Amino acid sequence: MSVTVEARRIEQRMLQRRNGVVLNRISQVVFALAGILVLYVVGRAAAANLGVFFQQVLNGFQLGFIYALIALGYTMVYGIVKLINFAHGDVFMVGAFVSFFTISLLNLHQWPLAVWPGMNPTAAMVIGTVTVILASMLTCALLAVTMERFAYRPLRAMPRIAALITAIGVSFFLEYFGGLPFVFTNNYITYPRPFEVFVLNADMVPPLWLGILWGMCGIAAIVYGILKVLGNRGNARAQAWQRNPFLQFGMLFGGFLGVALTIIWLTPRLVRTHFDLTASNAMLIIMGISVILLVILQYIVRYTRIGKAMRASAYDKPTSRLMGINVDMVIAATFALAGSLAGAGGVLYATAYNRIHHLMGIIPGLKSFVAAVIGGIGSIPGAFVGALTIGLVEVLSAGFISSPMRDAVAFSLLIIVLLIRPQGIFGEAPGEKV
Amino acid sequence: MRQLLRNTNFTFILGAVLVFIVVQALISLGVLNAYWQGIIFWGAAITMVSLGLNLIYGFNGQFSLGQFGFYAIGAYASADITYRWVRNDPSALVVVIFGSILALALMFGVSAFLRRFYGVATLTKFLFNFLAAVLGFFLAVRFVNPAIGKVIYAALNALPSGISQQLIFFLALVGGATLAGIVSYLFGIPVLELGSDYFGIATLGFTIIVKVLLDNTDTILPFPEMKGARGMVGIPKWTTWPWVFICFMAVVLVMRNLIHSSTGRAILSVREDERAAELVGIDTASQKILAFVVGSVFAGLAGGIRAHDLAFLHPTTFGFLPSFNPLIIIVFGGLGSMTGTIITGFFWIFLLEGLLRLYLPEGFETWRFVVYPLVLLLMMLLRPQGLMGRYEIAFLRRPLPPLRVKEASPVQEVIPQAGEVTA
Amino acid sequence: MAKRSFAILAVLVVLATMVAACKPAPKALKVAILAPLSGDVATFGASTRDGALLAIEEWNAKGGVLGRQIEAVVEDSQCEAEPAASAANKVINQDQVKFIIGEVCSKASIPVSEIATANKVVQISPTSTNPKVTIDEAGNAKPTVFRACFIDPFQGTVAATFALNKLGAKTAAVLLDQGNDYVRGLAEFFRDAFEAGGGKVVVWETYTAGDTDFTAILTKVKDANPDILYLPDYYSTVNVIAAQANQMGIKAIKLGGDGWDSPKLDQAALAGGFFTNHYSSEDTRPVVQDFVKRYQAKYGSVPDALAALAYDAANILFMAIQQAGTDDPVKVAQAMEKGTFSVVSGDITFDNQHNPKKCAVLLEVSPDKVSYKDTVCP
Repeated sequence: MSVTVEARRIEQRMLQRRNGVVLNRISQVVFALAGILVLYVVGRAAAANLGVFFQQVLNGFQLGFIYALIALGYTMVYGIVKLINFAHGDVFMVGAFVSFFTISLLNLHQWPLAVWPGMNPTAAMVIGTVTVILASMLTCALLAVTMERFAYRPLRAMPRIAALITAIGVSFFLEYFGGLPFVFTNNYITYPRPFEVFVLNADMVPPLWLGILWGMCGIAAIVYGILKVLGNRGNARAQAWQRNPFLQFGMLFGGFLGVALTIIWLTPRLVRTHFDLTASNAMLIIMGISVILLVILQYIVRYTRIGKAMRASAYDKPTSRLMGINVDMVIAATFALAGSLAGAGGVLYATAYNRIHHLMGIIPGLKSFVAAVIGGIGSIPGAFVGALTIGLVEVLSAGFISSPMRDAVAFSLLIIVLLIRPQGIFGEAPGEKV
Repeated sequence: MRQLLRNTNFTFILGAVLVFIVVQALISLGVLNAYWQGIIFWGAAITMVSLGLNLIYGFNGQFSLGQFGFYAIGAYASADITYRWVRNDPSALVVVIFGSILALALMFGVSAFLRRFYGVATLTKFLFNFLAAVLGFFLAVRFVNPAIGKVIYAALNALPSGISQQLIFFLALVGGATLAGIVSYLFGIPVLELGSDYFGIATLGFTIIVKVLLDNTDTILPFPEMKGARGMVGIPKWTTWPWVFICFMAVVLVMRNLIHSSTGRAILSVREDERAAELVGIDTASQKILAFVVGSVFAGLAGGIRAHDLAFLHPTTFGFLPSFNPLIIIVFGGLGSMTGTIITGFFWIFLLEGLLRLYLPEGFETWRFVVYPLVLLLMMLLRPQGLMGRYEIAFLRRPLPPLRVKEASPVQEVIPQAGEVTA
Repeated sequence: MAKRSFAILAVLVVLATMVAACKPAPKALKVAILAPLSGDVATFGASTRDGALLAIEEWNAKGGVLGRQIEAVVEDSQCEAEPAASAANKVINQDQVKFIIGEVCSKASIPVSEIATANKVVQISPTSTNPKVTIDEAGNAKPTVFRACFIDPFQGTVAATFALNKLGAKTAAVLLDQGNDYVRGLAEFFRDAFEAGGGKVVVWETYTAGDTDFTAILTKVKDANPDILYLPDYYSTVNVIAAQANQMGIKAIKLGGDGWDSPKLDQAALAGGFFTNHYSSEDTRPVVQDFVKRYQAKYGSVPDALAALAYDAANILFMAIQQAGTDDPVKVAQAMEKGTFSVVSGDITFDNQHNPKKCAVLLEVSPDKVSYKDTVCP
């Protein structure tokens, strides 16, 4: 009997508890104030010298686009096999090294000139660079497929931790095998670029380019808008055309290059600054190639049979198998796509920052992974947006807060995003599993 | 006698004492030189870290990569205490010890206060606890240290130097472990709410943030003696075999008893099925925090041991790549097996840092890290449940829950009554 | 399964204890060479090892030291504090070495010097220029730690005076790795000397070892538009920063320290820059040319400053052992403090902080070669 009294007393006390909403509001205000303070500090530093701020934004884009290529691989692989593929950053490293060897040993970037000596040097450079990137992409795709076949596939039926440990093992193996003296050596190597780097500043940006780029972006956006309106009215063909890769290419390519060049062209004319904004051609090439690869990826995932099979398998593996999809093949294809993007990322990263090392994949790999999580893991546009965010935040914090703290800022952002919106910006709320 | 030997507790204690005596004798006789002694201490430290992780991941099912962050916090905090002490500055000791006490008291008060409300969001809980902890340490820095720092210094110095040194070392170890525990509690409140993968990612971020902060201890944080990325030198080399043994046994015993208690069963139930555990009335959130904090305290303690053995700390020791080691050790040894963790932990260091480093021919040292991932891969393919699976030696094995025919628990008594009312 | 694993483990334990127990009896005189054979500055390590081994070979050909052959224990210390500390512990505790030549980098030499002091082992660093390598926190010389090179206050001053007087610079930007004692020391001494001479350091930015993206801090440099860009880091990092600076259109003259001395220096990116160094192989003194000839005969390349200083360091050590007449480290250290040693980089005596008095040379980088520019003596 006394026990029930005790229980009732506990119940009473539970009922007497007050609503905690007030406290929640207080804490929300505190967090908001802290956020505003940070923004204010950065904003004031940025406003003090707009030229520097815009230059840092451009630097951030350059980094962000490379992260995007790696992050896409993480997000696709996670989407389909729910595995954090820690070895992905090392595939990126291998991509950089493959391009290093093709350039320094095989002179692959100059093959058009070797075959047709009288060729236009610009065209030769373009073809040579594309060949180098394709070689790296192919090698990395092969590497990723091999990895999947021999390390991950046998473990697919086992607990997820086994696959994760295996991923860590593969990552260590690639890092330290690459570090052996007869493989890549463990020295820092200065990277020979496949093309000459030159610097663009405000006087060197022809307004014609700007017009063409913005025109591309504008036309694509207008067409997209029209299609959207038509699609909303129920026009099935318009709906199908909405996601046409050419539209996306026009909007993204025109938009990003246009923004970059316009910033360079416009800032000195509008803002009184002694600062001479510059972009190297490397930056523009990185943006261009990333956008092209992104659009191709979207095309593959949206329109091809294999892409549809990927989406189906990511959604529900057993059912896709019943529908006659060869899930193993689809997973291998996903790894190949992810690997090739990482390979391209490796070449571009090495080109931008001209140093390679057998452990270079760890930190960019992690940051891209963070980008994928921030954008919503499993979502392709999310990975892209997350990567640009991380790139920008990293460079801005290095520029305006403290350079050695850049990694801490990036990972703090990760934790904050996880706390506020665990599924990421573009992610779908996880379904309740019972 | 035979009966005694059959008693697992007795045999375990006998074995432990024997190990202690044998190792101590080997050290005293000079058979184990400083290098091998270091390997043993290192093995004990890494095993303690791994046991902590096994509690968090193996027994409680929360996939964490943050263990090395707490290891680093414990190492640096305790090293700072003794570093300053041997340079006649008791401030670190006073601040860490009294700050921890004040922070714990304030956090306890905050928790009691928050319990009177319902619907408190985890972020709110985090904010209030965080403010309480900051206030505690702020008070210690501003008021306690100027007030009693000199007194404590004089009092401790009045003791014979040998005793005061051991006492300071003990306090440093406790201080480092407590600090790691407080940080893990604060970090755990909001982050443990996340699902398994997201929790892992967030703890990974934590490890990297700690490492970056350690890189900047002398530039951004106000600890010039830690020397940032240049490495902290001049830590007294106080770790001895008895200390290692005591700390190690403390960790093993605490963990064993925790797991065998009813709280331990609650912790296990969260791993098996969080939702079901919640449905039978287990406060899963606090079980997760408990396991996380205890695991981190183990890591902090191990950090203190390691710091005073190496006498030199560098942030890369706590970087991203080595932070996988505890995870690999517990998976190798078998998730949820203390025996497996202990054996793998020691042999990990023993093989990789001891035997192979010394006896591989020159130039083949780097091959260690090429071969061991391959071993790892083979292991995962052939025996994914780990070396020991869930095997435990008798002392650590959980006694089967006895069949109990007892008076019903209060909860059960309430239910029929409620039934009566409705009837 | 479990039982079998236990048995295997037990056997391993026994074996390991046995292996650990038997120590080789010391007959030859063991000397450890700690050098970064891999990692960031691998060419430093290779040169240092080659220089020291050349000296050891020559002494052994002459019959060794005190009638004992010299045996070298080479360890890769990676120019990093942690591996260097564990390598030092290993050679002292496991190999029973009493003399250490190394490390090359100050940030690795400092922890090694602490260990050497604690174990009363003689350490002579060929090229660690940070003052703290040989002096402790209180400013006293560590009794058994020496170096064979000049120190950063001198090197930084030489660079700053050169920038002010010869290059006519008014402003400078300094980029430094905050985790590297060598870089930090050099940067600080350069700043002090530069500002004392009437110049102004307009940008002072730090980065972390292993960073590859320097665009954010270089943007600040570009904004300040300084006359001098002082990069006191090792060649591998300087290569990257210089290339990215050119990519951003920064026109400042690049200036650096002895960390640039490597065949892997990116001379195209650093063309027009200058750096301070210990010695130039173009030096016409016979002792230098003789050494260059012998080194070239053995290794087929022109020795850089690291090889020369490692050769010197080994020679100083063996001469001191010879003079002390014993291999007792404390006595050898005392002999080193007192003696005068005639080696490739001049006649060396140690001051009360265990630093030799030496001159610095300034070298100019052009796309195809590194040429001698000037000599500055204290």
